[in-house]
Amino acid sequence: MTMDKEWRVEEGDLIRTRTCGWSPPGCHPVGCGMFIYTDKDGNFVKVEGDPDHPITQGRLCPRCLAMGEFLNHPDRIKYPMKRAKADRGKDKWERISWDEALDILETEVRKIWETYGPEAIYVSKGTGREATEYAPPMAQAVFKTPNNAFMMSGASCYGPRTVIGDFLLGAGYPELDYAAFFPDRYDDPRYEVPKYIILWGKSPLQSNPDGFFGHAIIDLMKRGSKLIVIDPRLTWLASRAEFHLQLRPGTDAAIGLAMLNVVIGEDLYDHAFCDEWVFGLDELAERVADKTPEWAEPITWVPADVIRGAARAFAMNAPSSIMWGLAIDTQQNGAQAGQALLALGAICGYMDVPGGITLALPSSFMGRWTYETLQFVGEEVEKKRIDGEEDHPAYAVGPYAHPDSVLTTLETEDPYAFHMFYFYASNPIAPTCYAEPERWYNAIVKMDFNAAQDCFMTPTIMGLCDLVLPVSFFPEHDGFVLPHFGRNTHFLGAMNAAVDPGEARSDLEIDMIVGKRLNPEAWPWDTVEEFFDAQIHTQYDWGFNDLREFGAFQQPFEYRKYEKGMLRPDGEPGFNTPTGLIEVSSSIYDDFGEDPLPYFMEPAMSPYSTPDLYEDYPLVMTTGGRSFVSFHSEHRQIPSLRAIHPDPLVTINPKTAAKYGINDGDYVLIENPLGKCVERARVTNEVPERVIHAEHGWWFPEDDPEAPNLNGVWKSNVNRLIPMYKVGVTGYGAPYKNVLCRISKADGYEAGAADPALYEPRASRGPESMTNGPSQPASYEVIHPE
Amino acid sequence: MEKHALLIDYKYCTGCHSCELACRQEKQIASQDEWGIKLAEFGPEKLAGEWYWNYVAVPSSLCDLCESRLEEGKKPACVHHCLAKCMEAVPLTEVPVRLAELGDGVAVFVP
Ligand code: SF4
Ligand code: SF4
Ligand code: SF4
Repeated sequence: MTMDKEWRVEEGDLIRTRTCGWSPPGCHPVGCGMFIYTDKDGNFVKVEGDPDHPITQGRLCPRCLAMGEFLNHPDRIKYPMKRAKADRGKDKWERISWDEALDILETEVRKIWETYGPEAIYVSKGTGREATEYAPPMAQAVFKTPNNAFMMSGASCYGPRTVIGDFLLGAGYPELDYAAFFPDRYDDPRYEVPKYIILWGKSPLQSNPDGFFGHAIIDLMKRGSKLIVIDPRLTWLASRAEFHLQLRPGTDAAIGLAMLNVVIGEDLYDHAFCDEWVFGLDELAERVADKTPEWAEPITWVPADVIRGAARAFAMNAPSSIMWGLAIDTQQNGAQAGQALLALGAICGYMDVPGGITLALPSSFMGRWTYETLQFVGEEVEKKRIDGEEDHPAYAVGPYAHPDSVLTTLETEDPYAFHMFYFYASNPIAPTCYAEPERWYNAIVKMDFNAAQDCFMTPTIMGLCDLVLPVSFFPEHDGFVLPHFGRNTHFLGAMNAAVDPGEARSDLEIDMIVGKRLNPEAWPWDTVEEFFDAQIHTQYDWGFNDLREFGAFQQPFEYRKYEKGMLRPDGEPGFNTPTGLIEVSSSIYDDFGEDPLPYFMEPAMSPYSTPDLYEDYPLVMTTGGRSFVSFHSEHRQIPSLRAIHPDPLVTINPKTAAKYGINDGDYVLIENPLGKCVERARVTNEVPERVIHAEHGWWFPEDDPEAPNLNGVWKSNVNRLIPMYKVGVTGYGAPYKNVLCRISKADGYEAGAADPALYEPRASRGPESMTNGPSQPASYEVIHPE
Repeated sequence: MEKHALLIDYKYCTGCHSCELACRQEKQIASQDEWGIKLAEFGPEKLAGEWYWNYVAVPSSLCDLCESRLEEGKKPACVHHCLAKCMEAVPLTEVPVRLAELGDGVAVFVP
């Protein structure tokens, strides 16, 4: 399939501009191909999927089909605005010019640089959006601070998986082979359809995770792929799966160990591959020798024969594949779950074979640039990053601040105090990243200065900021799409501005504008086109304008790159790990104080680690399941999308609902020792009797925007029930999807209301009081006894 | 132009709502109380020991099967954008043949 060279054409009275989608509004880098139609005055008329796009082939999800509603939304932030610090929380914003906004930002940043040092500035970044590329440079090459991160406890989104991938696999992001690199896609003669696909803690239809076009799963089901779904929820895909392992949330590692027990114990693995390319199989075999499906059944609540059947089907039907999802990240034990999962794919011989799991050398020009902007921080200041190095050396290997350690630093001012927060494509007090959000709110409201860049007013900005810069939507800016953020990127997509952005600017443009004020040496480019040319030229001999003509440039691809020296920067065969092999037993975890082999550990709050709590809080709560019509906390103000999904929903099994006298649509108070929130009941068989699923990301743009209400951001805030600092030894992973709770019928959302000024912090910074499991949990008090 | 039917191979319909939004844009339906096509959901329930969970998109009286698009040789807006590629507009005379090809779990609407 080829795309036309002409990316902008006249069609009747209209102008048709081709583009690939990313954000804002929120999305992963899926890069769906589409045409944006504008009239002669540049007004948006309609959007239509581009049938020639190799991956999406004309299809669009409901969010982009509502494009007109977000482009012309009356509530969008159209120009820079300021507000007096004394008025934080009040709707007293004042329109200002870009010049004044830049003057304010420059003055405040320089003041902090001179008084406290650049490390006192914190950049709090959102997930998945274009900002993933451009927020770290804003921190490092504009504010010169080493402190930025995506702010879930334990960096529990993507970070854990990529870092396990780096440590153990040494090969970028392992992805289902859906023929994405081939122009003829599934018809390419090199390609094979996977026989089984394991969807592990992943619901790709709704989430399009990390740039994977979710409905490729449907394409493959039509071509014969069968599914093994490992998920506490009966998703629509699980209802069509050959095997559904409906596990207790947070027990993925036990499932992984038991599947390995079957595959190794029954000798179903690929000996030839293991002999040549796998390190530590003997140790792994010994570790899993007693981890039978019968061992796993009482832990995971999954019948032993289902685990055994799934393991056999996967191992005995080559090629098969695995997709790993967010659930691997959102648990303390996630590094081990991920390790078991990678080992399973590896020993079955499915790495980088047709119809298996594609790999890549995790380097890209954008990734490189993002990383290289660290030079502007300087070595001395870089050492001051709050990265939890003492407690989590594995985490500190990476370039990001450690969110849990940052909260501790905010509250203790040890080793130094923060003075400014900058929110970049992020609304973290809405339940998207910050756990225990009132603690964050109360700490950040004390800062000298806070600012944000965004496209809608959010509770975070209304409550905390003094300045906001307007961000353009993707149909309004030039850019490019990098699926998988460069870690396994099947194509590069051109994003072409079609609609006048008014005073709004793209994330990259804002970096450049502010960068030219604060650190011009890092920002030599005058236009984004020049910038993109410079980045692309480090890898290809063509530039941004060529990319516009390609539309979507599918990168060259070869299978079995490990045989050809294509996975290591030194060009040697093998994998980019210390041993050059896939390490199913790690050769380096020892240095991090971590067990080299995967193990199972109970979640911090669980029926078995905290049986006393379980008596009062007899349900396991999982969170984070996505909807087709929103991206985390976004899209709540888009009328057609909100009409489809007007309320935060808590999914409850019919038997459980009956037990508590709850009917479909009732308001439900969800509580645990950390906090409470209210959602509305969706009574359905999608969850088993002992588990509920509560949605995240909710706030109510139509509600009173002023503090303390802040668009009702506290009422349905499921992250008030999630602890901070319950992370794994690596510093990664936190129990967003596996805590305890109880439920009762409520009269309305008000039952969940809160005022952070009245919030009483728990005595302990780390809820180790709720753990009586093994000694791994690393909370602040355990490591720093007074 | 020959009359068409809307076929929905609902064994693959994921309930993504793209058809609803595509139609809303195409037919410029601004009111949330009106719709050109709307999803119905059945399940999940265990029927004879197997999960039954289906979505079916049902066109309303506002649907003209995107006559003007069909005349231009395009697919209807909902069909064009359907994420599962499980919708198609088929000339009435060809419906039986196409139904036989698609197998079980298909709905036919002649709006
Ligand atoms: S919002 Fe949907 S259609 Fe738009 S780019 Fe993202 S996945 Fe594609
Ligand atoms: S065929 Fe056209 S009018 Fe009918 S439901 Fe689909 S988009 Fe709407
Ligand atoms: S667009 Fe297709 S898959 Fe999505 S709900 Fe409509 S019919 Fe189903």
